[in-house]
Amino acid sequence: MKSQPTFLKILNTLSVLMVLTAIYLAVFWAPTEVTMGDVQRVFYFHVSVGWVAAIGFLLAVIAGIAYLSKGNSKWDIIGVAGVEVGLVFAFLNIVTGSIWARPVWNTWWTWDPRLITATISELIYIAYMMLRQGIDDPDRRARFGAIYAILGFVSVPLSFFSIRIWRTIHPVVVASGDAAAKGTFNMSPDMKLAFFFSLATFTVVGATLLWHRIRIGNLSQKVEQLKMKMYE
Amino acid sequence: MIEVRNLVKRFGLKTILKGLEFDAQPGEFIGLLGPNGAGKTTFLRILSSLSRPNMGLVKVAGYRLPQQAAQVRRKLGVLSHQPLLYGDLTADENLRYYGKMYSVENFAAREAEVLALVDLSKRKDDLVRTFSRGMQQRLSIARAVLHDPDILLLDEPYTGLDQDASEMLDGVLKQIAAQGRTVVMTSHDLARSAELGTRFDVLSRGKIISSASRDEIPQDGLLGFYRKALLIAAAEKNNAKEAANG
Amino acid sequence: MAELTNKPAKAQTSTWKAIWAVVWKDLAAEWRSRELFTAMVIFAALVILIFNFALDLNPKIQRDVTAGILWVTFTFAGTLGLNRSMAVEKDRGCLDGLLLAPVDRSAIYFGKVIANLIFMFAVEIVMIPLYSILYNVNLFQPGLLLVIFLGSVGYIVVGTLLSTMTVQTRTRDVLLPILLFPIVLPVIISAVRASTYFLQGQPMDLIMPNINMLIAYDVIFTALAYMVFDYIVEE
Repeated sequence: MKSQPTFLKILNTLSVLMVLTAIYLAVFWAPTEVTMGDVQRVFYFHVSVGWVAAIGFLLAVIAGIAYLSKGNSKWDIIGVAGVEVGLVFAFLNIVTGSIWARPVWNTWWTWDPRLITATISELIYIAYMMLRQGIDDPDRRARFGAIYAILGFVSVPLSFFSIRIWRTIHPVVVASGDAAAKGTFNMSPDMKLAFFFSLATFTVVGATLLWHRIRIGNLSQKVEQLKMKMYE
Repeated sequence: MIEVRNLVKRFGLKTILKGLEFDAQPGEFIGLLGPNGAGKTTFLRILSSLSRPNMGLVKVAGYRLPQQAAQVRRKLGVLSHQPLLYGDLTADENLRYYGKMYSVENFAAREAEVLALVDLSKRKDDLVRTFSRGMQQRLSIARAVLHDPDILLLDEPYTGLDQDASEMLDGVLKQIAAQGRTVVMTSHDLARSAELGTRFDVLSRGKIISSASRDEIPQDGLLGFYRKALLIAAAEKNNAKEAANG
Repeated sequence: MAELTNKPAKAQTSTWKAIWAVVWKDLAAEWRSRELFTAMVIFAALVILIFNFALDLNPKIQRDVTAGILWVTFTFAGTLGLNRSMAVEKDRGCLDGLLLAPVDRSAIYFGKVIANLIFMFAVEIVMIPLYSILYNVNLFQPGLLLVIFLGSVGYIVVGTLLSTMTVQTRTRDVLLPILLFPIVLPVIISAVRASTYFLQGQPMDLIMPNINMLIAYDVIFTALAYMVFDYIVEE
């Protein structure tokens, strides 16, 4: 059995180191925000995991399109990896968002466009997995998964826009269009450092997990192939 | 009429058809024999354009599959163990529907012809879900030949038919075959295949392992031919295994 | 027995003709049994009844929640119809029959979409007067009917596509709502909003963005479905 490639091993170590550093930066090093206090620190992780979830989704769609045009099963493995990683990180996104929301907006949950869209994405991920579970034929499983990923990907922005016509109370950190949005704040340079480092950290973590998942998928396929050979 | 070279079909990691070679001349009636799981249904589905080959050349009526599948479909009549009929419609309505889908001209006359062929003229306005299995299969034949296809693909058409229905199917198939159509039929019923076929191919483990024309096999010797082919194939496989391990 | 002599000439049936052949077939079969229509109508009526008790609708809040109730009803009754419509094809192998015909694949898709739409409209035509009478609300406004039309189209376009997939899985009936609802949310959101605004008599410039979204969704997903349908049925 092939052991992990060197670069992957480096990524493993790098991930761990970066996460520890990111935690230090976010929890201890960055200055405390004026209005919200320490809970604002969740923000450093909240956006980062959301970003990874979005990448997972994007990867699933690209892999889906590639599978439909080429028919190569390796694209299916990549697609599933993207969805599984995305599923976990989207969940973390919702949870961290909730933790942040409670003290700031005084509610665990709110019907705001970005939050709803994140939840819809999570539901689409889960539906994807359930669709695959119900199909035995590997080629059909891959094809249907690819198609559903594409449909999901197109529908999510449409959902977002259809909700957006409502007023939002979600903090608009980068572009402050609506000053009435509670929880908006401007980032100091130190905060920016913590933020971007966290973003980079979780990108690395996400990539590492994706790589591991793809490896598992490939190994799993090899096992199936060997099993087939045995029974021939 | 049909030309197949090095046909490979996989389902996931399992290879069902492993470089299958097959030929059919116009007017031949080929009995395709083989154990369960050999790939007969898979092969027929590829010939009928319902399934796509992973590799290899498949030419039906001069058209390449799957690229020219649209042109081929017109010339194919397919019978499987499912009747492909709508239970909530009458026999007449079912045929009308297929007539439209296949652009059948002079439909009324045509419909009368095929219903007479399968002896269901009197049941034209009855709902298909009231038909017995045998009757559904007969209507299915009418459906299959409605558009006058050059090639008929039959997958286990006798399944579930009682003696009377089977004999009727025999008669119909003989008549259809006599009109110069090319027929490929899979069946476990060796006696019936022996009566109808002009040539017999044995499909085992994804390949045609043996082929013989009607004259080369005595009437009651089809079973012997079939068994022998399978034994030879099994022996060859064992030899190959031992050579690989030894 | 007579000899078969007819030699029909055409190579491929026109897409247009094929679509209408499929639609006619579905309508004829449904007309005979009326199983689908009856089931959907009764189910929809029951849902409305349950809402009556669940929400204790007094006339004051009625105008605000009517749209929501209507669309929940249509959404759930719709899945019944979609499931049944495709199950009919799976039965007795008729899906193969559709695929064997010398017609463009899209003809099968659009034929099913139109048939499913007609069923959905039929149910809506019954439910709207019923609701109007039961709750003394006038639902016969052209704006509202337009929204119901556009929303139904979006729902059925995606629903037909997904039901073609789910009918080939093990978990069949249960899976369709799970797959369908997240994808069809933009339709529900926009349709409910636009419907509510129409019932409240809000100005058009408030309503238009929602209608535009419905139109956009319908166009985008019809195009997408057309592109993707082949991959669902080609093995």
